[in-house]
Amino acid sequence: MKELIRELVETYGPSGHEDRVRELIKAKIEDKVDEIRTDSLGNLIALKKGKDSSKRVMLAAHMDEIGLIATHIDDNGFIRFSNVGGISPYMLLGARVLFNGETVGVIDKEGKVDDISKLKHEKLYADIGATSKEEAESKVKVGDTASYYRQMDDLGDRLVSKAMDDRIGCIVLVETLNRLENPPTYDTYFVFTVQEEVGLRGAKTSSFGINPDLGIAVDVTLTGDMPEAKRMEVGLGKGPAIKIKDRSVLVHPKVKNLMIDLAEEKNIPYQLEVLVAGGTDAGAIHLTREGIRSGALSIPCRYVHSPSEMIDINDIDNGIELLTELLESSYTGLFE
Amino acid sequence: MLLKRLSEAIGVSSKEDEVRDIIRKELVNYVDELRTDALGNLIAYKKGKKSSPRLMIAAHMDEIGLMITDITDDGLLSFKPVGGIDKRVLVSKRVLVGDDKIPGVIGAKAIHLQKPNERKKPLDYKQLYIDIGSKDKKESESLIELGTMASFDSKYEQLGKDTVKGKAFDDRVGCAALIELMKKDYDFPIYGVFTVQEEVGARGATVAAYDIEPDLALVLEGTTAADIPDIKEEGHVTRLGSGPALTFRDGAMITYKPLLDMIIEVAEDNQIKYQLRKFTKAGTDGGKIHLTQEGIPTAVISVPCRYIHSPAAIMNLKDYQAMIDLTDKFCQDIEKGGFANERVD
Amino acid sequence: MEGKRFVAELSNAVGVSGYEQKISKQVAQEFDKYTDEIEYDALGNLISCKRGTGNFSELKIMLAAHMDEIGLMVTKIEEGGFLRFTPVGGVDQRTLVGQEVMVHGKASLQGVIGAKPPHIQSAKEVTKAYKMEDMYIDLGLTEKEVNSQIRVGDIVSIKREFCDLKNDRVTGKALDDRAGVLMILETLKNLTKLKHQIDVYGVATVQEEVGVRGAITSTYGIVPDIGIAIDVCHATMPGVSKEDAAELGKGPAIGFGPHVHPKIFKKLTEIAKELDIPYQIEPSNRPGGTDAYAIQVTRAGIPTALLSIPLRYMHTSVETASLDDIKRGARLLAHFIVEINAEFVEGLRCF
Repeated sequence: MKELIRELVETYGPSGHEDRVRELIKAKIEDKVDEIRTDSLGNLIALKKGKDSSKRVMLAAHMDEIGLIATHIDDNGFIRFSNVGGISPYMLLGARVLFNGETVGVIDKEGKVDDISKLKHEKLYADIGATSKEEAESKVKVGDTASYYRQMDDLGDRLVSKAMDDRIGCIVLVETLNRLENPPTYDTYFVFTVQEEVGLRGAKTSSFGINPDLGIAVDVTLTGDMPEAKRMEVGLGKGPAIKIKDRSVLVHPKVKNLMIDLAEEKNIPYQLEVLVAGGTDAGAIHLTREGIRSGALSIPCRYVHSPSEMIDINDIDNGIELLTELLESSYTGLFE
Repeated sequence: MLLKRLSEAIGVSSKEDEVRDIIRKELVNYVDELRTDALGNLIAYKKGKKSSPRLMIAAHMDEIGLMITDITDDGLLSFKPVGGIDKRVLVSKRVLVGDDKIPGVIGAKAIHLQKPNERKKPLDYKQLYIDIGSKDKKESESLIELGTMASFDSKYEQLGKDTVKGKAFDDRVGCAALIELMKKDYDFPIYGVFTVQEEVGARGATVAAYDIEPDLALVLEGTTAADIPDIKEEGHVTRLGSGPALTFRDGAMITYKPLLDMIIEVAEDNQIKYQLRKFTKAGTDGGKIHLTQEGIPTAVISVPCRYIHSPAAIMNLKDYQAMIDLTDKFCQDIEKGGFANERVD
Repeated sequence: MEGKRFVAELSNAVGVSGYEQKISKQVAQEFDKYTDEIEYDALGNLISCKRGTGNFSELKIMLAAHMDEIGLMVTKIEEGGFLRFTPVGGVDQRTLVGQEVMVHGKASLQGVIGAKPPHIQSAKEVTKAYKMEDMYIDLGLTEKEVNSQIRVGDIVSIKREFCDLKNDRVTGKALDDRAGVLMILETLKNLTKLKHQIDVYGVATVQEEVGVRGAITSTYGIVPDIGIAIDVCHATMPGVSKEDAAELGKGPAIGFGPHVHPKIFKKLTEIAKELDIPYQIEPSNRPGGTDAYAIQVTRAGIPTALLSIPLRYMHTSVETASLDDIKRGARLLAHFIVEINAEFVEGLRCF
């Protein structure tokens, strides 16, 4: 599985330019599902038929990562940019980024900065080593995007890379599909969404189309186990987290209890997650049409939205197990 | 002149009556159907001969303005902004209040009476009032009801050969352009939607797009041009005279690439000068339209306007005319080859 | 049940956003007496229907008031059994210190919100408001006892008893918007004595305090021809002027602004004048802040209005309203409903 993770996290795919990630995932799952399609926003929607087609379950993990978007190429070949999703300016200083999946750039700031917390994207620029505007424009055009340029590092049980948010969620979905021995209880849609980082957009349109009876997002969540970390009860390696609340959703108590009961029954380690800031695709799904009971399975992750996001492989394994059990369960108590 | 009439008409978000009436009169003899909906959107429909693709073109009728929220004991009118107004442009301006367009002024304490440090701080809404010349509270109450809208009093005027100034170019330029387009004939169905309440959250577009469910959508707007002193080239966003601006991404929408590519191709094939809107924040009706139901491929074409949310904006008529030409040629292209929603499979 | 008793019970009951199941049953019990059908949707919105008599029973009006209240949620159990928490909805941190609360875990436990006592604070610290991160809930139990009953994610509600003040005014927690739920009940009661042609949907919505979420989905399901949100608005008090507030006891406030259909506004004010019902106008320059925001932009658009109950000290545990204002609002709504016919509804799409 580590190689699969490496493949996915090292693929280029900032919000709006998820094509490569989509192609990669499609190739891995198309033989395992009954139907597969792409919608106009770019969501990849795969259906695994269940024993019972009277209900629909939708799983969502987002393919897009945060990054930069080129807004201007100056006369000397330097590139000005704005942010795609929540990428903070000071995280970029000295970072290397990759435009269009192929052109490396270095980020620096204009002049001096007295207060680093006040640093803005407008004061930064990318240097791709071009000696003129023309040379720069031959590689990067206005509107092109860039991602962090980092490979994955294997630290043993823990892996570090850019874009764990949310390629790791995509992995959980792909591996759950692989682990399903029998058809799931109900028709299950594995949705690899786009544009989550810029406003949960892919989840909104895909869930409208599917109109499921249950929605589960699989995404990363923060941990509170680093020195002087912001208060958070989730810790790395302590199991996948069952989301209770974030800014975008209050998980329906029946969904939360279903997941907790299942984890306890099957002896799968788990944690409870209350995320004070931030949201996920579940936020968009639950407000679709007449409302959809939704929850989320969260993978604990340190340093989210930095170039070095860290996860624990055991949390992934347990997350896949919990999700697989859920899909094969009878969803007791949920649909009454 | 259509653009002049539209610019000078008053239509603050949720009270777009005057603008709607002008547009209705202009189009009533050119379209198959003209109706309004629950929020006040004006929807003009031309059937065409074929049944697809169904195109929706949106331009918003509303402008930013002020709402009267209280009347003081002196008969002055307290107000709050409707839409995003930079409060620093308000002081020392003339306004028109209500359906009767009662003239008023937003005054300020004379400079002679100010302490030096007062001049450094912008006046807040609680310190600003509209004075319509009333003697007392009773007189104001007899003329104005709470909730009445006020808008800037600004005439449309020609400045240079191609440049004009006026208020509400955002988005009367879009409305004027859309009127011209709806007077033309294409052989596929077109919905010209003059939306309401864009400035307070693209609310009109949200419901119109849901109702119409078009196959694709265009939004015609007025956008920021900051090609002015002290702003470096990378901060210009758009430039006057460089043609209509195409959005590749803004704060609310990532433009559907095949659609954007098609518009660029049309511009280049027809030698229509265009530019890219180099700013990825702020939003338009497109932000709501493109996420309707299962998603609608949407693009935004804008006329660059300096000082856009102020009482006196400046634009170039050539950019405006080019926006109409570009959209017209785009529609002609659709007539010939349709629109293939390539990504969907 | 008498109106005051109903709102008193609701005010004392617990129903923090996302966890309204229990209180929705109390509401259902009363609504049931005056309606023909009751059901819940996927998010827990309570949707009741009182059918109209006559030819216009395809027409629907939706009255929406939210039953959720702001509260807190446990984020961590500290050494010693103290609980850290995060707000659910717009909680003013200045109202919390010294407040009694109920923590709802396996059982409902009573506690107090504490922070560093002023005696041991520096002179500078004492001048600043307590920050939520520095507060904690003390249950007076050992860490072991706490861990056996409470866990991360448990809901915390404010403990406050409803009581009467002078002049038919009442005070309690969560009058925002249980007072609105009362107005719907009173409207339904009024309608049993009148003949109305259109179907009336009395909806107690969920999760308004965290983003008008219940209104989004319930409206989508009902697709009403008219939607009226019933919520509270600020009432004047020192520091809150007429510009931003209505006056307590001077009648319900009829909303005006982008979120309100002008013809519904006009009809409501006409009926109020006709029947000598005291009312006020609540102009708003923005469409947001209540369920009306969501109702109006549902599907192809819903003609919407907002009726507000003047409320002092909003989002504190001592919210204060006038029962008179609520009764007047219910009377106004009932008569408005009686007057709606197909012609009026069709006219709402004409601008």
